[in-house]
Amino acid sequence: MLRKLAVVTTAAAALLAAASVHAQTVKIGIILPYTGQFADGATQLDNAIKLYVKQNGETVAGRKLEFVRKDTGGIAPDVAKRLAQELVVRDQVDILAGFLLTPNALAAGDVSAEAKKFMVVMNAATSIITTKSDYMARTSLTTPQVNESLGAWAATKGGIKKVYTMVSDYGPGHDGEQGFINGFKGAGGEVIGSVRFPVANPDFAAFVQRAKDLNPEAIYIWVPGGAQPAAIGKALAERGIDARKTKVLSQLELTDESARKAMGDAALGIITGAHYDPEHKSARNQAFVKAYVAEYKRSPNFFSMGGYDGMHLIYEALKKTGGKTDGAALIGAAKGMAWESPRGPISIDPETRDIIQTVYIQRVEKVGGENVNVEVDKVEKVKDPVKVRMMKK
Amino acid sequence: MQSLVGVLFDGFAYGMLLFLLSVGLSVTLGMMNFVNLAHCSFAMVGGYATVSFMNRLGWPFFAALAAAFVVAAAVAVVLERTLYRRLYRASDLDQCLFTIGIVFISVAAFAFFYTTELQSARVPEYLRGAVQIMGINFAAYRIFLVAVSLAMAVLLIFLLERTQFGATVRAAVDNQRMARGLGIDVDRAFMITFALGGGLAGLGGGLAVEFVGLEPTFALTYLVYVLIVVAVGGLGSIGGSFVAAAVLGISDMAGKYFFPWLGAFLIYLVMVALLMWRPAGLFGKR
Amino acid sequence: MANASSTAARYFEGQVRWRPLEIVFWLAALLPFVVTPAYLSLASQVAITALFALSLDLLVGYAGLVSLGHAAFFGLGAYSAGLLAKHFWNEPLSGLIVAAALAGIVGYLLSHIIVRFRHLTLIMLTLGIGLLLHEVANSATWLTGGADGLQGVKVTSVLGFRFDLYGRTAYSYSLATLFVCFLVARRIVHSPFGLALRGIRENALRMPALGAPNQAHLRKAYALSAAMAGVAGALLTHTTSTVSLEVLSFGRSADVLVILILGGAGRLYGGILGAIIYMVARDQFSGINPQYWYFWIGLLLVAVVMFLPNGILGGLSALYKKSE
Repeated sequence: MLRKLAVVTTAAAALLAAASVHAQTVKIGIILPYTGQFADGATQLDNAIKLYVKQNGETVAGRKLEFVRKDTGGIAPDVAKRLAQELVVRDQVDILAGFLLTPNALAAGDVSAEAKKFMVVMNAATSIITTKSDYMARTSLTTPQVNESLGAWAATKGGIKKVYTMVSDYGPGHDGEQGFINGFKGAGGEVIGSVRFPVANPDFAAFVQRAKDLNPEAIYIWVPGGAQPAAIGKALAERGIDARKTKVLSQLELTDESARKAMGDAALGIITGAHYDPEHKSARNQAFVKAYVAEYKRSPNFFSMGGYDGMHLIYEALKKTGGKTDGAALIGAAKGMAWESPRGPISIDPETRDIIQTVYIQRVEKVGGENVNVEVDKVEKVKDPVKVRMMKK
Repeated sequence: MQSLVGVLFDGFAYGMLLFLLSVGLSVTLGMMNFVNLAHCSFAMVGGYATVSFMNRLGWPFFAALAAAFVVAAAVAVVLERTLYRRLYRASDLDQCLFTIGIVFISVAAFAFFYTTELQSARVPEYLRGAVQIMGINFAAYRIFLVAVSLAMAVLLIFLLERTQFGATVRAAVDNQRMARGLGIDVDRAFMITFALGGGLAGLGGGLAVEFVGLEPTFALTYLVYVLIVVAVGGLGSIGGSFVAAAVLGISDMAGKYFFPWLGAFLIYLVMVALLMWRPAGLFGKR
Repeated sequence: MANASSTAARYFEGQVRWRPLEIVFWLAALLPFVVTPAYLSLASQVAITALFALSLDLLVGYAGLVSLGHAAFFGLGAYSAGLLAKHFWNEPLSGLIVAAALAGIVGYLLSHIIVRFRHLTLIMLTLGIGLLLHEVANSATWLTGGADGLQGVKVTSVLGFRFDLYGRTAYSYSLATLFVCFLVARRIVHSPFGLALRGIRENALRMPALGAPNQAHLRKAYALSAAMAGVAGALLTHTTSTVSLEVLSFGRSADVLVILILGGAGRLYGGILGAIIYMVARDQFSGINPQYWYFWIGLLLVAVVMFLPNGILGGLSALYKKSE
């Protein structure tokens, strides 16, 4: 009789424990393009997420974290929206995260708004994304944030008067160009010409030649990461443009590690506006890079940074709400949160829920036999200028 | 004028890369009517082989390229003997489906073994940068690319026109049934041609690493361009592939130089126009 | 004489009659509402892809014209529905009609160029036209929104039913449209026009001798196929309230062709079956392994071709015949 009672009690206790453990799980749905042409960015971002979890444990505010990962395959907003819906309805996630690509982030934003789920955009960089849902925060960057700062710097401290722009002919390229021109012209510079190249362009010789024909003082470039930065860097050298004489300006993709490796000495002298470089000299960053390299045998990049800080935001927001996962509580906790990230000091703007961070101006120089990005200047506490202007109206 | 010559040469060089990647598919398609959409997977094999031999084993560039040719050719032969043979009687659509399946498998396999990271290879210093000839800048690597492709083209045409084996291939392309009827071992000829084509694609892949970069999605990205060259050039024709690749490369580059707002538009427009004018391809027979 | 025609008549009647298996299939299509209510969004997208594949089947399976650029019409339908909803009114059913009309007209116009060609030339031409249209849409950012997609498309309800988070309305809407279009396709295929198409596919030289105008028939088939693809595209816009360049991409054209071949072309149900199997497999594989699921899908395709030639339906019917 006593034995039966013991068995029943143990069973009941076990069931109760299981039930309460389940109730204590916080589910996070990650939507990224794990396959397709953007797969490498997704890999780097996901690596950083896994690293953060490894370093900080799977339990936050007394609740265990569980991750559900979904692949969009590339730019596919209809798929992203469906995956977000399924994560909410089928998997019952509490938080939506990831989002490398703008169209996907925009589509999923609708789901976040309707289902009132906290959403953290960890890479997509178009300004308007955060306006899609009141429960959305971003920990990566906005294209205008970096490029306007670069443009303003170029016309003032950079001492550049005239520039020729060459950008990829799609949203992010146009955004980069527009941001740069806003900052550049706003500080008194002049744009002498421009050309746009197709998105998946493998060969830049013709476009670089067009730039060379005008013999510009400076060239502004915007290309997406991947194979193109190295290709255009090499094309510049092959067509006779020396980045040390003609100032070449761009966003950090142009001189990231794989591009520098592929370009060789053709990269020397290129100036980029960056929100994160793995070479950034801070104790926190050096520790981060060391841990990343040890785990994944390659250096982190800005994709990784967005993921790492995104996880930090999720962890801290959960700690602040005491484990409560409803959208309003989490976004309320996220607004205004500030911390020292490996990239530098960052915070989440309480008005726009977008990231405020330092933009570094860096130049490729040879240090100890290696070509690296050296910080020459920085602009601190940069907000997304597009939304700042939107709010003023 | 000078800048135009430079740009046109660059386009020609790009076309030569496409030639190397496409010529194998053109000949095997013309010979056996076998639709091998996995052709660019051989290029990927060659590319990753080059990267592995150079970066992990420290081989010099040229040795790695030769190895890329051999490895890709070997993979092609193995694939042909084990799997493709059973599908020669299958319908075009089935062949498409099967080979697309092979491409998908190869993309996932390379992503697994090499990660999605962009691969690069340290080519020798004398192949980097530019040389000045008559005041025009020519990229050293492009000159190298053109040289290799021209050498290959000459070799192939010699093989086709001056050797017994070449005669066999020409006979099989012209009229397979008749060739068999004459006692020609078409299957063996096809296997060797397939290996050659695969090897050339592998060589192209190895050369492409420095030129356009290498990622696991290479097999899918370049498939479209290769199909365009093959269709425009005409099935079963080396000369056709050469001319088509050159025309497409040059017109793409010239288009981007003179009408940059047309962008990638021009290459597709040229293809459509050429196909409507010559449906069987520039040098095609059927 | 009377015997021959009555045999013929009986044969055709047999073709046209609804088989019990078909009725079971369509009833089973209602199961997701009850059995897997969390998968209705996926079911909706399967239905849309099935419709797209069905439209391609009219072209590939019945008219014998292989197209690698059919996404052009899917995309035309999707964008016209999106632009209509954004600028004018967002009532979906009229959007479907507009999309069908636009895609059909463009298809008819293009058909004058396209149906003159065959084999690889035809495939590459359709590919080229698809790629051209994609480029045009990419450049016309003022109209299409470019790479970020068309913003401001909000299709909130159909016939008074709200598009909800669970996808109930979406699936009902897509399934109903698929069924209606299927009935239309069935009618076409079993009509004298449909028979003529099959004749042209089998032996294009002989058909004019029988009095069938080849080119005219093929053009009509192309236009009908384009219109139906346009409807599928519009459905996607309505059920997701998103449109992006991807609807015009080569990837979409290639995917639908793969799906059709997988299911078996020329059997009306091949595209539908292929869509179900491919998309469910993809969903399951990528759920298990988001990074390397291409491997398993590739293996599926290879296995199907090795063991079930002529697609799943083709292979199954061959097995069925063998067992008889």
